[in-house]
Amino acid sequence: MLDTLSLTRIPTEDEALRAPVRAFLEETLADRSPESLARSWMAFDGEFSRALAARGWVGITFPKEYGGGGRSAFARFVLAEELLAVGAPLSAHWIADRQSGPLILKYGTEAQKRFYVPRICRGEAFFCIGMSEPEAGSDLASVKTRAERTPAGWRVSGQKVWTTNAQRCDYMIALVRTSGSAADRQKGLSQLVVDLKRPGVTVRPIKDLAGDAHFSEVFLEDVELGEDALVGAEGAGWEQVTAELAFERSGPERLYSSVVLVDAWLAALRAGARRSAAAAATLGRMASHLAVLREMSLSITEKLTRHESPVLEASLVKDLGTELEQGIPVALADLVAEAPDEPIPAPLLGALAYTLQMAPSFSLRGGTREILRGIIARGLGLR
Amino acid sequence: MTDTAHDLVADGIEQLLAEVSTPRRVREMEEGHGAAAPWRAVQESGFADALVPEARGGAGLGLAGALPIVLACGRHALALPLAHTLVVRAVVASAGEAWPEGPATFARAAASEGGGLICQRVPFGRVAEWVLVDRAGAALLLPARAARVTTTRMRGSLEADLRWDAIPSDGTRIAGDPPLRDLGALLHAGLLAGAMERILALTVAHANDRAQFGKSIGKFQAIQQQLAVMAEQVFASRMAARIGFAGAALVPGHLQVAVAKARTSEAAAQVTAIAHAVQGAMGITEEGDLQLYTRRLHEWRIADGAERHWNQVIGEALLAERGGRFAALVRDRLSPLQG
Repeated sequence: MLDTLSLTRIPTEDEALRAPVRAFLEETLADRSPESLARSWMAFDGEFSRALAARGWVGITFPKEYGGGGRSAFARFVLAEELLAVGAPLSAHWIADRQSGPLILKYGTEAQKRFYVPRICRGEAFFCIGMSEPEAGSDLASVKTRAERTPAGWRVSGQKVWTTNAQRCDYMIALVRTSGSAADRQKGLSQLVVDLKRPGVTVRPIKDLAGDAHFSEVFLEDVELGEDALVGAEGAGWEQVTAELAFERSGPERLYSSVVLVDAWLAALRAGARRSAAAAATLGRMASHLAVLREMSLSITEKLTRHESPVLEASLVKDLGTELEQGIPVALADLVAEAPDEPIPAPLLGALAYTLQMAPSFSLRGGTREILRGIIARGLGLR
Repeated sequence: MTDTAHDLVADGIEQLLAEVSTPRRVREMEEGHGAAAPWRAVQESGFADALVPEARGGAGLGLAGALPIVLACGRHALALPLAHTLVVRAVVASAGEAWPEGPATFARAAASEGGGLICQRVPFGRVAEWVLVDRAGAALLLPARAARVTTTRMRGSLEADLRWDAIPSDGTRIAGDPPLRDLGALLHAGLLAGAMERILALTVAHANDRAQFGKSIGKFQAIQQQLAVMAEQVFASRMAARIGFAGAALVPGHLQVAVAKARTSEAAAQVTAIAHAVQGAMGITEEGDLQLYTRRLHEWRIADGAERHWNQVIGEALLAERGGRFAALVRDRLSPLQG
């Protein structure tokens, strides 16, 4: 397994995307505080997402015939890197761009592709992921939300939880049981697109420890959906979700969650704050780790361009990446307190406080650290 | 170099070292005998000329092409300075001089006393016949037999202090000011990455073989989680080595070397700890093979600067930039394939 990652060069035409994206972001986000930008892909801003869409930067890898950009995974890597580097508020379109769109393109019917994908690319259809339930977190196969056949399609009942920004999204792709019982585990699961405006859908936001309400509970009470709500094959939900999670885990957003904080700290150093030897070593450590992880992530992107599904490598990079992301606020909190009498600039303190508080979520979302390590152990030939 | 040529080098050196650098042979060489035959095999294989430019009669592989050789030296705990000989021959040949046939290494002169020279903790100093000495920026190729050799305090280590009371008359001045500190750090990064691969394989095999409470210990989540962490460190170290060894040139990027040495050195500490935790008391015996590799990890981590030194080099370089975001600085300054 260790021979599989090599150095990868981003093609020139994709690298060329950096400058226009950066120029747009500098203009659009100039007046936002580090504390606000630190929320990055958890922050929902429909207007910002539509502005990106207007430039062709939502669904950049989707086929042109469905309104996408027809570009490679490298183009998306460059775009994502620039967006994440400044902490752009991506949540509105990010899920659809990263996984719901690719899922529909891979498993959906022609009619589903024609309906959803152009809307995603225009920033008119925002998606969330309905996987977790009160009794199904890491043990995803124990989902209880059930969909039953009706003459017109499906009737769905159950509850989802920790659904990011469901209160602001248009659709949720839900993992539901379409046959058997929870004891059947991975068998009998399917994925349905739930229109969140249908009768019977109730969304209740949950406030997080930083005071935001980015996630929510979604209650589904006899929600009637059409025949065309089913994505892919009935009963193939588990395989589809596994493929979807490879998309979710492989992107550069698993490396950059704390970079807005680093930039706030660098700004303070450049403005004259103390530059100790410890500060240089800490900056160097963050940089050397990021440099290595970025090459690993690029190598995974290269595999995606060859239509491989690097589940094991993606788990490994995500676990290492979130460790770096979580280590950054811890190390910087120590450094800003190196000289207790020196003031800490307010923008730095704001970004630090937010990132410190939310850092635990970095290794929860998209599969916990312990689950990922289990996947890696299996890949090593243990079990 | 094409992927196929890369694989040919990797397969060839793997086959050679699997034969001449078995754990038994490594132990013998650490005790000071049996080095002649393995070196002859290495010499005849031609791998030691891999970095010598083609125009000078070598293979002209470049750093990226030579990485599989260095990784294999680490993986097999080779008790001969093949990795260092690659560099010495390339540097000497590039300066237009004839390179020596025997095992060679390189080191910095710590001090000159009278007309003499002292080099401390010379890698493979016990088994090298030639030493390329970096003396205040000027390189001098000296025969090791003219030096007094003192072993260091680490048991079995091939490092040694070398002292020449007078600079030998058959020394050769090597022109061109080669970046030997960077090259040394780079080689040690590659050796570390290679040795860590072997440690992972040994530890996974142990976890599957060793049974406690009626099942192999690799079935316990506590062990699995530790081995997953080890695999991550090994995986990252391999990529870090690739970053340092990127490119066809003989001179590595200074900051890419820093990334490679800092990252592999940091990983070495964690990999050693986990390997010994999983292998238990058997892992700290002389009879067990694990110590052949973990002893080297400690030594190579320290050699040519450990993670704090190199992270500070990177940090100072990035702090000297007046503008630019962190992500952009990392990409522009540390990425190996820019331009």
